[in-house]
Amino acid sequence: MAEEVKSPAPPPPPEGEKMPTAEKPAAAAPAKAAAPAKPAAPAKAAGPVPLPWTSPLVEKYRSQYGSGLDALTYLGQNYLSVDRSLIPDILRLLRDEERFDYCVDITAVHYPKREKQFDVVWILYSFARNERMRVKTQIADGASIPSSVAIWPTTNWLEREVYDMFGIQFDGHPDLKRILLPDGWKGYPLRKDYDILQQDKEWVQINLGIESGQ
Amino acid sequence: MSVYKDDQTSDASNREHSSLDRSHLDLDTPDKTYLDSNELIINMGPQHPATHGVLRVILKLDGEKVLGTECVIGYLHRGVEKIAENRTYTMFAPYVDRMDYVAAVSNGLGYCEAVEKLMNVEAPPRAKYIRVILTELQRIASHQIWLGTHALDIGAMTPLFYTFRDREEILKIFEKYCGARLTTHAFRIGGCQYETYAGFEKDVKNFLAFFAPKIDEYEALLTTNRIWVERTRNVGVISAADCVALGVTGPVLRASGVKWDLRKAQPYAAYAEFDFEIPTGTNGDTYDRYLVRMEEMRQSMRIIEQAVNGIPEGPIMGKVPKVIKPPVGEIYHSIEAPKGELGYFIVSDGSTQPYRLRVRPPSFVNLQALDIMVRGLLVADVVAVIGTIDIVLGEVDR
Repeated sequence: MAEEVKSPAPPPPPEGEKMPTAEKPAAAAPAKAAAPAKPAAPAKAAGPVPLPWTSPLVEKYRSQYGSGLDALTYLGQNYLSVDRSLIPDILRLLRDEERFDYCVDITAVHYPKREKQFDVVWILYSFARNERMRVKTQIADGASIPSSVAIWPTTNWLEREVYDMFGIQFDGHPDLKRILLPDGWKGYPLRKDYDILQQDKEWVQINLGIESGQ
Repeated sequence: MSVYKDDQTSDASNREHSSLDRSHLDLDTPDKTYLDSNELIINMGPQHPATHGVLRVILKLDGEKVLGTECVIGYLHRGVEKIAENRTYTMFAPYVDRMDYVAAVSNGLGYCEAVEKLMNVEAPPRAKYIRVILTELQRIASHQIWLGTHALDIGAMTPLFYTFRDREEILKIFEKYCGARLTTHAFRIGGCQYETYAGFEKDVKNFLAFFAPKIDEYEALLTTNRIWVERTRNVGVISAADCVALGVTGPVLRASGVKWDLRKAQPYAAYAEFDFEIPTGTNGDTYDRYLVRMEEMRQSMRIIEQAVNGIPEGPIMGKVPKVIKPPVGEIYHSIEAPKGELGYFIVSDGSTQPYRLRVRPPSFVNLQALDIMVRGLLVADVVAVIGTIDIVLGEVDR
């Protein structure tokens, strides 16, 4: 199993961080040998880069919030990287002023080597504009983030799941507790330092009466 | 009544204290309780056939009236998102079939398209048509399961046999196409693995001819059936505003009057090329959701008919390298699965494995609406509402 556990690598670069080239075990390498018509993919291994996203919406909030906000577009999908301090306000404005009335999803991404370890991502949709966007912010391990249940009630369970899987606290959430894992479970499985075979052995032994869940 | 009238005229004071006068009980207002009972908290599930899997609902009851609910989920949690981070893009594809296991083809379509988008490649037209045909067949099959089990929950046993009998024809087509009936893994990143078998188009056309009268048969059993109407009309009402606030999508949203379907709003695969309607309801009750899904099956047949008649020749696999290695970046892609918006958010670090893969499951989000839909109703209606939301616990828990 060990070779399957991927070593965590830093994030894709809106922040322009240094990207160490991910070194993979050589398992897949020989497959390349006999490919006569080489597809274009290896040539553009660097891939497209996020471009600045310009729109009236962005201009408006940039003049309002200035440097705390970065607007980018990648493969036709727009997102705002915002400072954590803007978080409840900008989400509320996006709903009220820009009519992003449907919060599709909230999730997080863990970058253990970064100082602010977590990206929290809101995926929003506007029925009126038929448009999607994402809002991203970075927070440190142990830091909390304001809940958006008052803005979109649907985020109740979504935030609970982020808390369950990453251990990110949402301030002001009406009932922040685990949702998919049992209460009392130790550890947050979607963190990169949580191994795929790891489990809360103590919980399993006490509650299920078996030695291991594997 | 005349007897009481005589009493009233003869002795007014006696009438005021008559035990026959029940006006103070106010039987018509559902908010007031008329049963002299204590609040009761009971479990429904997780081992209960009407919860469609391992869903546990904690019910707070006043007699038989529901005061509130809390869903306890996670019994079927397998850590799909964690598994994704430890598998290559290609290896992970079969896992998505195990989420919404009654609509495996739809899950696969969403995943393959998301990865294709991330790699900036596109499936060839023929592959897109095959995808549309199979996905719409899967939508019909998923709605058949919904109809059979939902009706069974409410007490109508016959539709279950009819829908499972007819679903078999769809599963036979899947089996002949890719060898599997349930967890099909029908598509690959970049297109389809298999060319259609000889007679595929004939089989699909035969199915359409076979199935058209079957929907009428289901409707003959239920649509005007008095018991069915009484059990579903004005049960589990949810307004369009509540649906949007709660992120509810799919037939539940449409039955509340919002004409929104990702196949139209943000077309994917080949859906932009087909002509079909988005059925909507007006009341947002269980009966409207029933009608919407019945009509969706008909619209799916329209799409399949157009697709199978216009299926282009050509390759079925796009130019995808043998080793799938999307460039550094992230993507969100979603499709209209039978249950609602099914989305995949994938972050790539340029390696062969997703750095992070998030599934936005429609059943999970829709289930959140159960609480406001059942408040004030009876326990028997909870069963009806769980059925009408159409959840699959494999997808709720992932």
